[in-house]
Amino acid sequence: MNIEIKHLARMEGHANLVVDTLNGELKECRLEIVESPRFFEVMLKGRHYSDVAPIAARICGVCSVSHTLASLAATENALGVKVSAQAQGLRRLLSYGENLQSHLLHLYFMAVPDYLGVPSLLPLAKTRRDLVARALRLKKVANDLVRIVGGRPVHPVTPRVGGFSALPAAQDLKELRRRLVAALADLEETVAMFASFAVPEMARDTEYLSLAADQGYPGLGERMVSSDGIDAPVADFADILTEYFKPYANAKFARASRDTLMVGPLARFRNASDKLSPMAKKVAAVLRLDAATTNPYHGNLARLTEVVHFFEEAIHLIDTLLLKGIRAESIWVPPGGGRGAGAVEAPRGTLFHAYTYDADGRISAANCIIPTAQNLGNIEADLRALVPQLLHLPQEEITLQLEMLIRAYDPCISCSTHLVKVEYV
Amino acid sequence: MKPRVGFFDFTCCEGCQLTILNLEDEFLELLELVEIVEFREIMTGQAAALDIAFVEGSIASPEEAARLQRIRERSRTLVALGACADNAGVNALSHFCPPDELGRSAYGRVVEGIEQRLPRPLECFVQVDARVPGCPIDGQEFLGLLQALLVGRTPELPAYAVCVECKLGEYPCTFEHGTVCLGPVTRAGCNALCLAAGDRCRGCRGLVDNPRSQPYRQILEQHGLTVEDILAEFRIFNLPPEKS
Repeated sequence: MNIEIKHLARMEGHANLVVDTLNGELKECRLEIVESPRFFEVMLKGRHYSDVAPIAARICGVCSVSHTLASLAATENALGVKVSAQAQGLRRLLSYGENLQSHLLHLYFMAVPDYLGVPSLLPLAKTRRDLVARALRLKKVANDLVRIVGGRPVHPVTPRVGGFSALPAAQDLKELRRRLVAALADLEETVAMFASFAVPEMARDTEYLSLAADQGYPGLGERMVSSDGIDAPVADFADILTEYFKPYANAKFARASRDTLMVGPLARFRNASDKLSPMAKKVAAVLRLDAATTNPYHGNLARLTEVVHFFEEAIHLIDTLLLKGIRAESIWVPPGGGRGAGAVEAPRGTLFHAYTYDADGRISAANCIIPTAQNLGNIEADLRALVPQLLHLPQEEITLQLEMLIRAYDPCISCSTHLVKVEYV
Repeated sequence: MKPRVGFFDFTCCEGCQLTILNLEDEFLELLELVEIVEFREIMTGQAAALDIAFVEGSIASPEEAARLQRIRERSRTLVALGACADNAGVNALSHFCPPDELGRSAYGRVVEGIEQRLPRPLECFVQVDARVPGCPIDGQEFLGLLQALLVGRTPELPAYAVCVECKLGEYPCTFEHGTVCLGPVTRAGCNALCLAAGDRCRGCRGLVDNPRSQPYRQILEQHGLTVEDILAEFRIFNLPPEKS
């Protein structure tokens, strides 16, 4: 049997899946990355710190806020810039907005069609208009959150080194809060829908890595932790994460303590489920999501649990910001260089940027490790573990389950700055 | 029968397709007017023929060029969606990096002839019938272009610079803060969004039709810049014609 899927649909970027079996034995199983490399780390060289985050944002359209925030944190740590509590709060809010819009897009547009047995959500615009309208309503609140704080839903424009170049109006935040509360009914229906889906069974233990949860659920932070005992400053990430090539593969992979590593909603949930908001804890229980789960298909349930958490946290955070009052702040950036790293929890997992600046404030070296590079080895290991268990099924069913497994990671191939083709003539 | 529309992406961040999905309110109405037959990011399946193909991203390999050619052959109208498709976008920066370093960063070794594989705009490979500039595109501008195509009108882009929209918005001129801004030479249509957010213009929408004409030159001269200085800044989002 040979399964070959060119340009896997309903995911970010381009990848092929190749599965080859002979007499019930798995011969070949690989996820081929066919996207052209984009050389961001080289392109950033020589750029002034004020241009770095806007360029880094373009690594990914879906995670442009995360790239902006990781990039700014790396630059600020390199230059020795302190960011105010207000700016930190607004950045957290912005990060909630991006995680929400990405998670909701994934859950409704990429995952739901698998469970409803349709090729896409679009034909349902007529037959299940309630469902499609609800998906768009929820996504719109999330996007408006990013627009109000970041100036634009894709590639934000207000965050800058040291803080923000423009601040949201209190009135806009109040209106946003009202809409976040009003969206809770839609969330309830979403949770009920996902609770009714039959999630495929699978178990494979791996290392789960995320930022530390000292100050609540992992988001922005300076420490990283893992289920295998890693507890280290983000600045040391390059020593902890090993990037490597596989002899046959066309992508750069990354690992930490063992051969495979998982980042993203399920890893965050595993490491910090006790830090979830009260409503999110209830949702996890309704979805029968256990903090000890090793089923990668549970990625979507963790994603939905996080959606509820981010909604609830965003409401509280807006209250805190409004109570203190949004004030204009002066920003001072010291001249001169240095080295620094920054990390954020992007929708797909922990994202790292590290830069070295020269005395003129221009980059002399840049390094980025994106979540999908960390997950790729784990996706392949899951596929290898799963295929032998599915061989008794019809080929279409095998294909669907493998595609669903890959989608449960929500891999973001266009984000991958390191994806490589070995065949190069 | 409703016009059959497809969305395609090459070397890019998929932010322009995301901007279309972010049209939420108008997206359901859009589905009444056109039939979306291909959109890999959110649907499975391929279509035989298309009335309009919206193509995001730049072309960075012979395989991508061949795939683009096949899309061109089965589409009546082909639209370049966003800066990467239109001007090579932020990918343009790779053309000004040492080729050996690019090869090493991505492939772990020096790669022969890497210049031929650097990202280029669609029009270097196929005929482009219309374009939506910007990084990312503006959702409303996309709807305006689609409307023009649906009623058989030739889509038009603003022929004036971002500076005009900035003045209309009464935003402070970034030159006054000693920051270089590409507003004087960049095509308008974004409502000076970055200026409104307190940032500067980095030229993601490409050159206005006649950038050397007055009064842009005057503004630059007043601030001690030459047209060449500012065109060098343009490389962040735009590949100069001699490179493509």
